[in-house]
Amino acid sequence: MSGALPSVTALREAARPLLSVRDLTVSVRDRGVTRPLVENLSFDLHPGETLAIAGESGSGKSITSLALMGLLPHNVSVTSGQALLDGVDLPSLPEPDMRRLRGSKVAMIFQEPMTSLNPVHTIGSQMIEAMRAHEPVSRGAARAAGIAALRRVRISEPEQRMRQYPHELSGGMRQRVMIAMALAMNPALLIADEPTTALDVTVQREVLELLRELQDSTETAVILITHDMGVVAEYADRAVVMKAGRMVESGAVADLFASPGQDYTRALLAAVPRLGDGAARGKPRPPATRAPVARLVDAQVHFDIGANVFGRPTHRVHAVEGVSFDIRPGETFGLVGESGCGKSTLAKALVGLVPHRGHIEVAGHALAGLTTQGKRDICRDVQMVFQDPMAALDPRMTVGDAVAEPLLIHQVCPALERQARAAELFRRVGLMPDQMTRYPHEFSGGQRQRICVARALALQPKLIICDESVSALDVSVQAQVLALLDELQRDMTMSYLFISHDMAVVENVADRLAVMYLGQIVEMGTRDQVFGNPQHPYTRRLLEAVPVPDPAGKGRTYARSKGEVPSPIRAIGDAPQRMPLRDIGHGHLVA
Amino acid sequence: MLGYLVRRLVQSVLILLGVSFITFVLLYVLPADPVRQIAGRSATAQTVENIRQQLGLDQPMLVQYWRYLSGLVQGDMGRSYLQKTEVSTLIAARLPASLLLMAAGIFCELLIGLTLGVIAAIFRGRSLDQGLMVTSFVAVSAPQFVVGLLLLYVFAVQLGWFPIGGYGTAAHLVLPAVTLGIMGSGWYSRMMRSSMVDVLRQDYIRTARAKGLTRRRILLRHALPNAILPIIAMIGIDIGIFMGGIVVVESVFGWPGIGQLAWQAIQRVDIPIIMGVTMVSATAIVLGNLLADLVTPLIDPRIKLR
Repeated sequence: MSGALPSVTALREAARPLLSVRDLTVSVRDRGVTRPLVENLSFDLHPGETLAIAGESGSGKSITSLALMGLLPHNVSVTSGQALLDGVDLPSLPEPDMRRLRGSKVAMIFQEPMTSLNPVHTIGSQMIEAMRAHEPVSRGAARAAGIAALRRVRISEPEQRMRQYPHELSGGMRQRVMIAMALAMNPALLIADEPTTALDVTVQREVLELLRELQDSTETAVILITHDMGVVAEYADRAVVMKAGRMVESGAVADLFASPGQDYTRALLAAVPRLGDGAARGKPRPPATRAPVARLVDAQVHFDIGANVFGRPTHRVHAVEGVSFDIRPGETFGLVGESGCGKSTLAKALVGLVPHRGHIEVAGHALAGLTTQGKRDICRDVQMVFQDPMAALDPRMTVGDAVAEPLLIHQVCPALERQARAAELFRRVGLMPDQMTRYPHEFSGGQRQRICVARALALQPKLIICDESVSALDVSVQAQVLALLDELQRDMTMSYLFISHDMAVVENVADRLAVMYLGQIVEMGTRDQVFGNPQHPYTRRLLEAVPVPDPAGKGRTYARSKGEVPSPIRAIGDAPQRMPLRDIGHGHLVA
Repeated sequence: MLGYLVRRLVQSVLILLGVSFITFVLLYVLPADPVRQIAGRSATAQTVENIRQQLGLDQPMLVQYWRYLSGLVQGDMGRSYLQKTEVSTLIAARLPASLLLMAAGIFCELLIGLTLGVIAAIFRGRSLDQGLMVTSFVAVSAPQFVVGLLLLYVFAVQLGWFPIGGYGTAAHLVLPAVTLGIMGSGWYSRMMRSSMVDVLRQDYIRTARAKGLTRRRILLRHALPNAILPIIAMIGIDIGIFMGGIVVVESVFGWPGIGQLAWQAIQRVDIPIIMGVTMVSATAIVLGNLLADLVTPLIDPRIKLR
């Protein structure tokens, strides 16, 4: 084979690795007992390479990154093994030496851009101190370098941004600041721990593209920690799959996706929702002829903010601006859009939690002008399942009581029957009735969400609003909860309003859907209409931005968005322009 | 900003009006009769009645209050029943001493409290932290007159480092200020500890560590300003508690401030002085709170005064 040119990967394999992790074991010490969180992890990383560490929650991927940075919590430590960075063993390095490496040779960006910058210091001072911590540069020189770094991550008006505080910037901008700060010292290794998980899908796309571009120009090696197999497929060269602290398998991304060697990897990949799976699943349910369970006609939700000298509001948030649609019996209606588009506010308006204008009716009753009792009765017909099941359950109430509580509030059945009904609901969502005396913290995330579903089912509602109900769950758990929701719908003929930012999930579950942007619907139709023939530019952009769990799609190019999403906050009297929907055939509405 | 200030000042005046009314009513329904105090035991009924008319205490309560209030808005706080002097003169003579003591007390309390709180937070969960928290508990629970007498006994009587009481030099100030500060320092060390522990868990502290900043810089520049934010609001409220402490401490140490003035006035039912001291204290509390609210946005850019 002497005639063939060796591939780039092969060349890299031959070179000395930048980072060499050997049998790394990280353990937590809790009341005298030592328990491993990461066991015998080994991998190599070469300059300029991107290695993904993929796994579900509790797999030890974040602990691994913190171990490499020397940022482990005080009761967690590296108990054996090595992590050699250019021949220097990081875990055994004394703290003063490790500190000098942090931020200069090894840098890290984190999941939460909203909270990762100090709220009381300007962007500029936080960037400048990062540089001055490592090199004796003057404040002015560091400032100039900071502005250049911000320009590299394509932040507009960098001079002005330097003087701003973190709260004045959007999430995507803050994450770019974090990247600029991390790359300012030209680190040899960048660890990105779920860098885009908290961001909208279009922003995620931009941030990841940016990372790739910067990496190409600097030869920085990247460890990309993620739960998203789509991100792995599109942005990593090689991947390590972890489960419960152990490495399941590792290899080149293309091989891993084409022929996963381990059952766990196969199961993980199979659980990932993919665009197109829903269409393959078969025809959506035929439109029912019965009256809709919910109907919105020109629904609006506004919040007045600010105050002038006389205490009158000066601005208005147009959270929902003239939305109309029906939810039919037995169907799943998807509502997609990015953060701040008004989809959750719409859900709140539907259950009467925020005041609205226009017409909203649920199960034939108009919401406007309802008494307190009337509003309570509406809850029999509409229930909600929220994103964070831990926050949605009272930590001091047994889960059995939590599920039985709606029955108590609405006086549905005598006290004796209540426990029996709750037990039945537990069985219905795949839990054991003998778990009813336990408390929420004793359950896993997926089990907790099942409990929330059981509670929502207690009153046998006609409509369940799932507001990002599966977004916080691991993909395998997410698949199970989605299957449960589907099964329940078949058995009990309920409707779902399924709100999500995840296009792939919505494509898998929705019969019809609406795409929301700045409080208005820009496109609405059946799943096949919207996903098969997206018409509005925003719908297309959303679809394009979804990372595809298929390495073959690597290297696709994306149109960059033009700046930030406009604000729904407007001066009083300056109402936004309504975008009228027109029918382009068979009920496919496009703005 | 100006609108905010105007609104807050109007609010403050309303609060002071309420305080004056409630205090006046409380003093009116008090079973002790000031006229008996002035006239003495041997006075005839006629003398008592004359004094009562002289002072206007025979009028209905609302009339009396109205008179007091109209005097107050013109800067006239009335005359002491027993000392026959303007209340404003009495207070003005003693206020500087009290303000000095208060400033020194707050300084002591913050210096001790915040420092120990930060140290406890850094060593959280370890024996130093536990020891400090037990100490702070003792400090909060100890009555001020006991602490004051204890300090007097040890440092003034036994060791002779400080004078036993009185007013004049810096040495006179130390023991009363420390006595005044100790209780609050227990509070502040606990609050500062929990605030600091909370801040040290924040993501931006992890970012600061990931940047390779020194421990010292992370603590002083990144943790401290954030941890101190909830404390500032507390200092404003705390001035009220301080006023109570001043009455006790000034009596123990013979400090010639308004606390002692109030203490004597209460014993003699000298209503104009009690009213005067109450109004001055209430004004201090209201202004202290306003000041705390004005300082907060200087540290936290997210807070805008509207």
